[in-house]
Amino acid sequence: MKHTFYGGIHPAEHKETTARKPVAPLSKAPSQVVIPLSMQPDSPCRLIVKVGEKVAAGQQIGQADGPGAPIHASVSGKVAAVEPRPYAGGGSRMSVVIENDFQDTLSPGCTPRSSWEALTPQELVDIIKSAGITGMGGAGVPTHHKLSAALGKADTLILNGAECEPYITADHRLMLEQGEKVLGGARILMRALGLDKATIGVEGNKLDAVEHLKNLLPTGETGICIRTLRTRYPQGGEKQLIQRITGRKVPPGGVSADVGCCVFNAGTAAAVYNAVVLGLPLTHRIVTVTGDAVARPKNLMVPLGTSFSHLIEEAGGFVMDPARVISGGPMMGTAQHDLSVTTDKTTNAVLCLAAGDLPAPQREQVCLRCGRCVDVCPMRLAPLYIHMYTQRQLWRRVEDLHAMDCMECGCCQYICPARIPLLQSLRTSKFEIAHRKGAEA
Amino acid sequence: MNGKHRLSAASSPHICSPFGTRSLMLDVLIALIPALCMAVYFYGPRALILTAISVGGCEFMEFAYRRLMKKSNTLGDLSAAITGVLLAFVCPVTLPYWIILIGDFFAIIVVKQLFGGLGKNFLNPALAAHAFLMLCYPIPMTTWAKPLEWPGLGISVPGAVTCAAPLSAEFMGSGILPDASLGDMFVGNIGGCLGEVSALMLIIGGAYLLIRGVIRVRIPLAFIGTVAALTFLFPQGNGHLRWMLYSLLGGSLMLGAFFMATDYVTSPVTAGGELFFGVGCGLFTVLIRYFGSYPDGVSHAILIMNSTVCLLDKAGMPARFGVAAGRRKAFWKKFRAGGKGEDAS
Repeated sequence: MKHTFYGGIHPAEHKETTARKPVAPLSKAPSQVVIPLSMQPDSPCRLIVKVGEKVAAGQQIGQADGPGAPIHASVSGKVAAVEPRPYAGGGSRMSVVIENDFQDTLSPGCTPRSSWEALTPQELVDIIKSAGITGMGGAGVPTHHKLSAALGKADTLILNGAECEPYITADHRLMLEQGEKVLGGARILMRALGLDKATIGVEGNKLDAVEHLKNLLPTGETGICIRTLRTRYPQGGEKQLIQRITGRKVPPGGVSADVGCCVFNAGTAAAVYNAVVLGLPLTHRIVTVTGDAVARPKNLMVPLGTSFSHLIEEAGGFVMDPARVISGGPMMGTAQHDLSVTTDKTTNAVLCLAAGDLPAPQREQVCLRCGRCVDVCPMRLAPLYIHMYTQRQLWRRVEDLHAMDCMECGCCQYICPARIPLLQSLRTSKFEIAHRKGAEA
Repeated sequence: MNGKHRLSAASSPHICSPFGTRSLMLDVLIALIPALCMAVYFYGPRALILTAISVGGCEFMEFAYRRLMKKSNTLGDLSAAITGVLLAFVCPVTLPYWIILIGDFFAIIVVKQLFGGLGKNFLNPALAAHAFLMLCYPIPMTTWAKPLEWPGLGISVPGAVTCAAPLSAEFMGSGILPDASLGDMFVGNIGGCLGEVSALMLIIGGAYLLIRGVIRVRIPLAFIGTVAALTFLFPQGNGHLRWMLYSLLGGSLMLGAFFMATDYVTSPVTAGGELFFGVGCGLFTVLIRYFGSYPDGVSHAILIMNSTVCLLDKAGMPARFGVAAGRRKAFWKKFRAGGKGEDAS
């Protein structure tokens, strides 16, 4: 049975710039890393090291008391400061600054396991939790949370290798170069959930990765299935991927487990493999540094907490004036005004767009009612009406149109021929509705 | 590195599709060219002059009104040009030039600008102007030049060779097939409005719009499909299939289905709404043709449906993601409550 998700768009991919470039280590390690204490909003870690203390790479530096995941030092060195630093997600966050001693002394706790097959699901979840693994594609939800929420409820495990945002090739290279880790992680996650099947969804613009993963599977393998998906944004949205693969639709306000699904990024699966088999916590990730403004776009293996400016230097620096530097992809990424911000567990790209890559500044025109925004909305909203009512501040009407279901993929604003900032209206309306709900409660 | 670069911060998305209002409108104009060429072939240069005068008139009205009212100049979006072409297309080629200027005035000033300009009018300007001219000048609006007998270029052409259109009181209005063959009907070798006669060229233009993604297939399909089904099931003599084909090719059905009913501003945005809209257009077209006093009901059918768009959009609103059953019920409940409890704070 072939399913499809609603709406969607197909912007120019721009992936060819970095798709064939192997993941390279940094040519020069950063002299300091800045690791935010809270990679998830509202759940800062408790600091367990002191300023001045020496830390080893992979040593835990923050303990998650709340719902978050613990954090680890990504390089060895000395804790220089604990202070608020600008954060790529916006604003500033309390962060640990570690001066790199360039020794890369590995923490003694990081030792490989000879086998994991004998571990119980709960032990696996505990290892994943203590390795500080969070979703590496989008929202960065701690993986142990998803696993605990899905345990016993999920009948389908999906690995997200869609990577539908333009420009980004981090997951593509990961699947090509560390395919066995992705598959190994999938097997561990299957065991942790007590499932015997997993599906890996990969978009059709990465056929080499599909081919590679299929070749890695032993003949007669029935547990893991690789699915090629027709390239369309936002295929990598959790709800969209579930709909595409299983045909199930996550109810409003619900989570994947409500429809018996559990979705992890391909990168998360590789991190799970690193944690369970190699004993390594999540301290590095692949970041695509790309865009017309940098000299040599590349895929880099980056310690968490490396500053954007360091990564841009690694990519040869700017060859032309960058008009916009984005953490993430051009559809959902966050524009940065300060390049001292650092990578975190979800930073899959540093995108440096030149003025020519950005749409020419254009005045907003009147709505033609062409209906394209309705057509492309994967959540089946009517953005033009939400925009209209938002402008008139008719919040109840906006709520009746289910504005809260919006996942801010940006398809409506991308497609609008009149260049109306529809997504901004949706954000405004979501904020207002949530605010009003909060005031009532 | 900081401070050296001027980084612009804006919220996502950071890219947008290359298609803007102007390029969409330009595509519509391009799609109208084949039909215009056919009109010039059958009716001579007067067809071109009439179209040019209509376009010029619409552009001038739009410019003058926006200027007088101290509003921004909107000539660049090309929507007035489309109205001009479409209005000329639904007029006979022999129409005196000054009448079409009155039509331009009604379309641009009364129907479009007085309601707030592009995006705000609830009736299709060209069709509303056509209906207005039909009321005011019924004789010149129904005097059809014989194809290939090019009428003169004077302001009015009293001596032009005329003929009856297939959809008229003489022919299909009274259940008789016209003497034109099906082939003639298809290419447009018949009497009629200058842009509506050539189904072939209109279908080519419509296909261009569909391929370019300018229009969606739902409205034309539902519209033409409904007319086809109704005329096939209830022919007024002459065999089911023959009657149906003559009905589809006669009158301004193709022009209406591909270019008028799909007008963004005056059609629904939701998939369900579009289907309802198309079916409604088809239904009223056949009803007016069979039981009304006008031989062709397309323009009035579309105008009637134009005025229901707001309701159709509500009714056709897609089901909420992840919620299937009971939604319609909830909608009608809310609908009957009339949106009470509205907070305007």
